Amino acid sequence: MSPLSMAGSATPAAAPHVPSKASVSRTMFLVQASLVPATLYGFWLYGWPAIFLFLLTVGSCVFWEALCIRLAGRLTKPQLTDGSAILTGWLLAMTLPPWAPWWVAVVGGLLAIVFGKQVFGGLGQNPFNPAMVARVALLVSFPVPLTLWVMPLPISSADAPGFHQSLLITLGALPIPDAVTSASLLGYAKTELSRGLDLAHAMGATHAPAVSYIGERAGSLGETGSLLIAGGGLVLFFLGVITWEIPLAMLLGLAIPALIGHSVNPARFLDAGSHLLSGGAMLGAFFIATDYVTSPSTSKGKLIFGFGCGFITYVIRTWGGYPEGVAFAVLLMNTLTPVIDRVTKPRILGRDKQGRPLQLKD
Amino acid sequence: MGFMDFFKSSWGVHPDDHKRPAADIKTRRIPVPPRVYIPLSQHVGAAARPRVVVGQKVLKGECIAEAQGNISAPIHASTSGTVVAIGEITAPHPSGLPFMAITIESDGEDRWIDLTPIADPFGLSPADLARKVAEAGVVGLGGATFPSAVKLALGLRSKITQLIINGSECEPYLSCDDRLMRDAPSRIIEGIELMMHATGAQEALVGIEDNKPEAIAAMQEAAAGRGKIRICPVPARYPMGSDRQLIVELTGKEVPSDARAADVGVIVHNVGTAYATRQAVYEGRPLVSRLLTLNGGAMGEPGNYEVPIGTLVSDLIAFAGGYKGTAARLIMGGPMMGNVIPHAHVPVVKGTAGILAFNAAEVAEEDARNCIRCGSCVRACPMGLLPLEIVNNIRADKLDGAEQLGLGDCISCGCCSYVCPSHIPLVQYFTHAKGQLWAQERGKLRTEATKKLATKRTERLEREAREKAEAAAKRKAEKAAAAAAAAAKKATSGA
Ligand code: SF4
Ligand code: SF4
Repeated sequence: MSPLSMAGSATPAAAPHVPSKASVSRTMFLVQASLVPATLYGFWLYGWPAIFLFLLTVGSCVFWEALCIRLAGRLTKPQLTDGSAILTGWLLAMTLPPWAPWWVAVVGGLLAIVFGKQVFGGLGQNPFNPAMVARVALLVSFPVPLTLWVMPLPISSADAPGFHQSLLITLGALPIPDAVTSASLLGYAKTELSRGLDLAHAMGATHAPAVSYIGERAGSLGETGSLLIAGGGLVLFFLGVITWEIPLAMLLGLAIPALIGHSVNPARFLDAGSHLLSGGAMLGAFFIATDYVTSPSTSKGKLIFGFGCGFITYVIRTWGGYPEGVAFAVLLMNTLTPVIDRVTKPRILGRDKQGRPLQLKD
Repeated sequence: MGFMDFFKSSWGVHPDDHKRPAADIKTRRIPVPPRVYIPLSQHVGAAARPRVVVGQKVLKGECIAEAQGNISAPIHASTSGTVVAIGEITAPHPSGLPFMAITIESDGEDRWIDLTPIADPFGLSPADLARKVAEAGVVGLGGATFPSAVKLALGLRSKITQLIINGSECEPYLSCDDRLMRDAPSRIIEGIELMMHATGAQEALVGIEDNKPEAIAAMQEAAAGRGKIRICPVPARYPMGSDRQLIVELTGKEVPSDARAADVGVIVHNVGTAYATRQAVYEGRPLVSRLLTLNGGAMGEPGNYEVPIGTLVSDLIAFAGGYKGTAARLIMGGPMMGNVIPHAHVPVVKGTAGILAFNAAEVAEEDARNCIRCGSCVRACPMGLLPLEIVNNIRADKLDGAEQLGLGDCISCGCCSYVCPSHIPLVQYFTHAKGQLWAQERGKLRTEATKKLATKRTERLEREAREKAEAAAKRKAEKAAAAAAAAAKKATSGA
């Protein structure tokens, strides 16, 4: 055989001629895979309603994505198979109260995909993290269902709702029994503080939610499975999907002020451990703030961005009107991403920071 | 890789190197082909000028085209035979544009011309040594093909303290430098000593990637006892073999973007070039053949081959067992920076480090998608550029913006394209945009030159007009004076 036939091809293929393993779909797949343990654990803790909510949220995101791409007349298949809509839905589901009704999922998907992403032109063009756009919009518009947390009722336990009952809960036909509802740790702390109680007593009360390393506490799937989330995040780091800067900086941005505050006045400020393991801290640090599209692309920029996310989260949690602030913090830092990128441009080899050629020594 | 390595900034990429088994197979020499096609321009700089005529008999090693201008290199016959044509052939380049070449029909004897070896090269002055290397047509064999003698002579102008010998061979699939270092380490060392003499460098650092332990061992043995030549294993990482990166790695020196390596006292040469230099001086042999790698999934017998310059790739591959299955793509050079060649009827040139025949599975390409801003390209870029931002500017037709972001500093290594999960052909954009910039620059220069010419012309015309006017005025004045004088004379005589 002779490769003479190639002579006809108009544009010769450009170097490099070796393909790498990297692809958008692979990245999305790895991120999803590392969320699996925490997700399954959450399913077990919160039972069928959580499973329904998860499926609905993911399904809704994929639906809206397909619709938008269809309407825009773009190719459907390669864009849908990149898996980014699934991931957005997945992350959103991880932040919702596990027993939230169906319409939260559907509206959430609409907000995330249509208003968070497609209006800007699709994957890669959106300035804000789509899942966080949806999370914040939902919280602000529907504060009641979005703050209705339940205690874990492991799927195997006797009190756990059955399949049918669960379906009714998700459909909103059956109210969530008061007995199972519970405040999340951050919510409880905020309420007690606002009632003028000091944390040392409040957290010591028998009914107070405690940090539980195995997740036996009220919260979203991403909150109760904090350690599994962190484990998944480390896997992503070792696979090279995410880099260390944002997670580390974000956790430090949260932990450092918490340490200082708590050591100065434990009655007023929660300890660092509670901060790190509560709310969306771990999910935010490893899976949300690290979103490629909406975070800076330089190493130094990522450090600034991550620290900002953590610090703003602390400020909102401690002084703001909401008990949790990860979503707000990430969105706020998203707005700064272009600026951070501009001021942290790496130095070009052979040039100084300002881009002038280096001076010869003699 | 240690845990802390994750925290170090690390440019470059780690593609599967595919160097073995080809690298471990003994070097083979290919027989002289029936015809060789020797291009006149196989180096950076001006093409050589033919000094033979059609029908003329030539011997192997005879100079058939001489260097033209300051940056150029002569070309020698790679076998003995008859010159049958001097004209255009397909260039070993993706454009497939024709190229001037001298075609020699081999007489099968492969008879060398009388060689003039130099027994005591260290008795020569550096300039004479460089001249000897120039006459042998030695150029950078790592692929840059810059005339070596020109670089050696830089030592006369700038103070060179360190000679860097590039044996990193960071391109995947290629192993000809590896093979050469295993086969002829002491000759390479001799070449290095010559280069040190020519440049005045006090020490030589040989950078070899640590994925070539055999080559490192062989070179260390050959360099033992020659304290000024140090063998320095460097981490295997593409593009370690790029000059600026290797200089930083070995010396810690950073070459300013507007300067040359020589300006910081360093000169980089490839191991193959050191070997060719040694051959040129001690044996008097000009550069008429080179070692190159045949590799790739569709190559019948991958390995390293000693090939006469001008051999057609098709003859070479036929000798090396033909293709295995169907070759979907032929590449001259390495897979990261090499060029696709349109077909196998192109000759091997001095800069050909390898020919790769890839099968369909190896070239599987995917469509480009939107940039997801993952930053992989930023981390990979060995120059510290922001490929994603540059490409955004190019796409928006903002060449100025791209230039400000350092487009001109891009070394076209292809790391960014390689890692991009969205398969965006970044380096292709950059190469194209650089071409546009150069064209603009040339255009600007040309208009400036025209303007200058035009102003000169106006000036000249003005000056001429002025001179004419002055001359006329002078004549008039003289006439008037003469008339006045005559009148005065008349007046006096009439009195
Ligand atoms: S091709 Fe240019 S921009 Fe891309 S990695 Fe290499 S030097 Fe950087
Ligand atoms: S590697 Fe590709 S997708 Fe990632 S930032 Fe660079 S251009 Fe964008």
